[in-house]
Amino acid sequence: MNGTLKRAAVACMLMFALLMLNVNYIQVIQAEDLRTDSRNNRNFYARYDVERGRITAGDKVLAESVRNKGSQSHLFAFTRRYPEAETYAHVTGFFAPENETEIERAHNTLLNGTHPDLLIRRGIDLLNSQQSKGANVDLTIMPKAQEAAYKALAQSGKRGAVVAMNPKTGAILALVSLPSYDPNKLSEPNKENVNKASKVYEKDKGSPLLNRAINQSYPPGSTFKVVTAAAFLEKDDSRGAQTQVEAPTRLALPGTNISLPNSGNSACGSGQVSLVYALEVSCNTPFGKIGLDLGYDAMNEQMQKFGAGEELEIPMKVSGSSIGKKEDDPAAIAMTSIGQRSTTMTPLQMAMVAAGIANNGVVMKPYLVNEIADSEGTEIEKADPDELSTAVTEDTARKLREMMVSVVNNGTARLAQIPGVQVGGKTGTAETSGGRAPHAWFISFAGASVDEPEVAVSVIVESGSAGTEASGGQTAAPIAKAVMSAVLGR
Amino acid sequence: MSSESDAPVLMPAKRRVAHLAMLAGAVGIVILAYANVGLALEGSVPAGMLTYGAGLGGLVLIAYLVLAKWAPWADPLILPLVTLVNGLGLVMIYRIEEAGGNDASAATQLFWTAAGIVMFSGTLIALRDHRMLQRLTYTAGALGLLLLIAPLLPFIGHENFGARIWINIAGFTLQPAEFAKLALAIFFAGYLVAKRDVLALAGRRLLFIDLPRVRDLGPVLITWGISVGILVLQRDLGTSLLMFGLFVMMIYVATQRTSWVLIGLLLFVGGAAIAGMIFSHVGDRFDVWLDASNPIYYDRTFGGSAQLMGGLFGMGTGGILGTGLGQGHPNSIPLSFSDFIFAATGEELGLTGLMALLLVYGLIVQRGMRTALAARDPFSKLLAGGLSFVLAWQVFIIVGGVTRLIPLTGLVTPFMSQGGSALLANWILIALLVRMSDSARRPPPQAIQDEGLTQVFSR
Repeated sequence: MNGTLKRAAVACMLMFALLMLNVNYIQVIQAEDLRTDSRNNRNFYARYDVERGRITAGDKVLAESVRNKGSQSHLFAFTRRYPEAETYAHVTGFFAPENETEIERAHNTLLNGTHPDLLIRRGIDLLNSQQSKGANVDLTIMPKAQEAAYKALAQSGKRGAVVAMNPKTGAILALVSLPSYDPNKLSEPNKENVNKASKVYEKDKGSPLLNRAINQSYPPGSTFKVVTAAAFLEKDDSRGAQTQVEAPTRLALPGTNISLPNSGNSACGSGQVSLVYALEVSCNTPFGKIGLDLGYDAMNEQMQKFGAGEELEIPMKVSGSSIGKKEDDPAAIAMTSIGQRSTTMTPLQMAMVAAGIANNGVVMKPYLVNEIADSEGTEIEKADPDELSTAVTEDTARKLREMMVSVVNNGTARLAQIPGVQVGGKTGTAETSGGRAPHAWFISFAGASVDEPEVAVSVIVESGSAGTEASGGQTAAPIAKAVMSAVLGR
Repeated sequence: MSSESDAPVLMPAKRRVAHLAMLAGAVGIVILAYANVGLALEGSVPAGMLTYGAGLGGLVLIAYLVLAKWAPWADPLILPLVTLVNGLGLVMIYRIEEAGGNDASAATQLFWTAAGIVMFSGTLIALRDHRMLQRLTYTAGALGLLLLIAPLLPFIGHENFGARIWINIAGFTLQPAEFAKLALAIFFAGYLVAKRDVLALAGRRLLFIDLPRVRDLGPVLITWGISVGILVLQRDLGTSLLMFGLFVMMIYVATQRTSWVLIGLLLFVGGAAIAGMIFSHVGDRFDVWLDASNPIYYDRTFGGSAQLMGGLFGMGTGGILGTGLGQGHPNSIPLSFSDFIFAATGEELGLTGLMALLLVYGLIVQRGMRTALAARDPFSKLLAGGLSFVLAWQVFIIVGGVTRLIPLTGLVTPFMSQGGSALLANWILIALLVRMSDSARRPPPQAIQDEGLTQVFSR
């Protein structure tokens, strides 16, 4: 019987050999595919295994990873918390089980510690047998300004966006988009709950997940007249605030039988007004005429100089702004020059226009991240202000500033005045298609001296959200004033 | 007295110190693994470590003492190896329970381990001579059959997870197939020892294989019928495969005729193929086996491949070195504490751990096979061979199943999966092996007087 027993023993060994070969096949050859399979939940758990770095704005913590307690803590070591919730939602973004947005996305590898720049830190942590933490990201956001902007815009349920920048550096001081959402709800380590919450947000007619400040573009309306004025002044050094421009009650558009009226079909002075007056009152016809005279290429070039058409990353990707494609219709440029037709601008882009004028014509590259440091505080990245482009000459910029200050002091933007501060601005009330209520715009800058403004702001209040009578001067200017006051500490 | 009898006789050694050292090693590894889990999960050595460690150590010490007293010549490797596997199973169950696996309970498993070791000791003490089991051949056969069909009986039968393989007795849920495996091994061994000559010699040669006589086919057909019956009525492909494999192996060893293996395989493959066509749940298993990662099967609610893939995801994530105990997510593998404990171990201990684990199982089986080879009587040879084989066969079926080597059928991973019946039955199995090992290695009684030319042959 020993012969067959031996054969049976060999059969047993063969079975074990087969099992071993198969285990090798799975854990060596197939391992990579199995590990990265989208159905493998471990990728999802791994997101919560590391202590992600904090996102801060000065002393204020905007996002942090908190160690979990209780029954879930073995699956998910950490949960992402956003103590400020809605106020900073469009800055921080959220950290959902399967995706992330805004800063959380743009600096994901730094926050979770897998970025190559953190290699040394990880090595040290490994030697000290410490669990590696992600890097901390400090933002340029000024909490006072952000909160003032959020509060002012959120009042009476307005939709829209506010962007405030330091014109000298390009640092973004406030970035608000409304309606907002609670990132805490989208960052739970629970796919089901997050999907439910995100469905609610997606269905919401106000699109709370949309970051209006950088990813939505609107017709800029009369605020765009500043750009038209800039192009006009750049054409000839001798032009200034007092240069007389044609201001008919209606501007006949070439090649068509329609004409361009002023707002409310009113007259603009006596048919011949100074540039500053046209800007103060926000007449349409003089700027339509300027646009017609300059032509599409000059207007487009001016807008490009203010940064439109640049692929911006602040570090989030910013949607494009442009005055639209060149049209065969020669009358189109007249409409474009007063910020209508196919001109669309993001709120950030309009803030850059104000900032460029405030900074002697130099547009600084906008940025949101002040400093990135590893978990022990060693600096990895530090913001380095960078010029984006030169929009206008110093001379033109000074002339524009003076005119914009005049708009606030004598024109449509009186509500933006701050006692003891030089404020310049331009209102805009952009028509929207279909006869709906207009968008209310306001761009401005402010500072102790008119030659060195310390803050540039752009505000848009979306169509209909502030009543049908919304206008740049009445609706948007007070919001900008609140933000500027907060930045200047007034 | 001849001069030869004065020469030292080559005797198997008892190796008591080595035995104890290996046992201490096995318990030590388990305690370290236990501490490892606590350190990874909580950052501190688990509070119950001393209790668990002392508990396991104490139990094993009792088993050792019983073995030293009542089976002193037994193979010293078997008990330490079994302790190691049983202990690792305990650690994995503890780890899964700590991570929130609701059905996993290390305390229950420790209780059943204790009960298993008591059964082991009891079997060794009560069963001084295993050959008395030969007298119980037909009793064992009847008991085995009864145990197999017990889950089908009204009142005590109990259906769970779509398979009717449990019985409820006095508040305990038992899986009688685990005990049936022992009873049937005893029955087959006794029956085949009695009939093997007839089975081996009668018959005629057709083409290249020796065909048995039709009437000798009876027991084969009956066993085949029972296996298929279990498959159909209890939906338990695993047990069916286990029993049939055991029978084919034992009849082959007893008769030394390859034709039995071929006949058995043909019958089983035929039965399984028909079952696969008739019963959707058997067919599903095949589909899932062949194309597990296909989303069609993965997302199927019933009989889908999500369980299987869950285990494979874990093993893949573990890779060569594993995530380390307490640092993976084995609790996200379905049934990680029972059917899929091998995959769960693979995630945390990696390929390295699984190779070691398979080697330990392989060693246990080979020590059993050695016992069979060394045994002096045919009944012992058959029983020891059969029990060793059934252990290997069971590991092959379940581990092959969870690693997608063969279609997945639910079976217990011996000594690792959570479950009392299996632990008790397998500890008894080990006790039988140890008992036979003791008798095989025990030096034969020395002749008192010179028997001259009289010689005793043993088969």
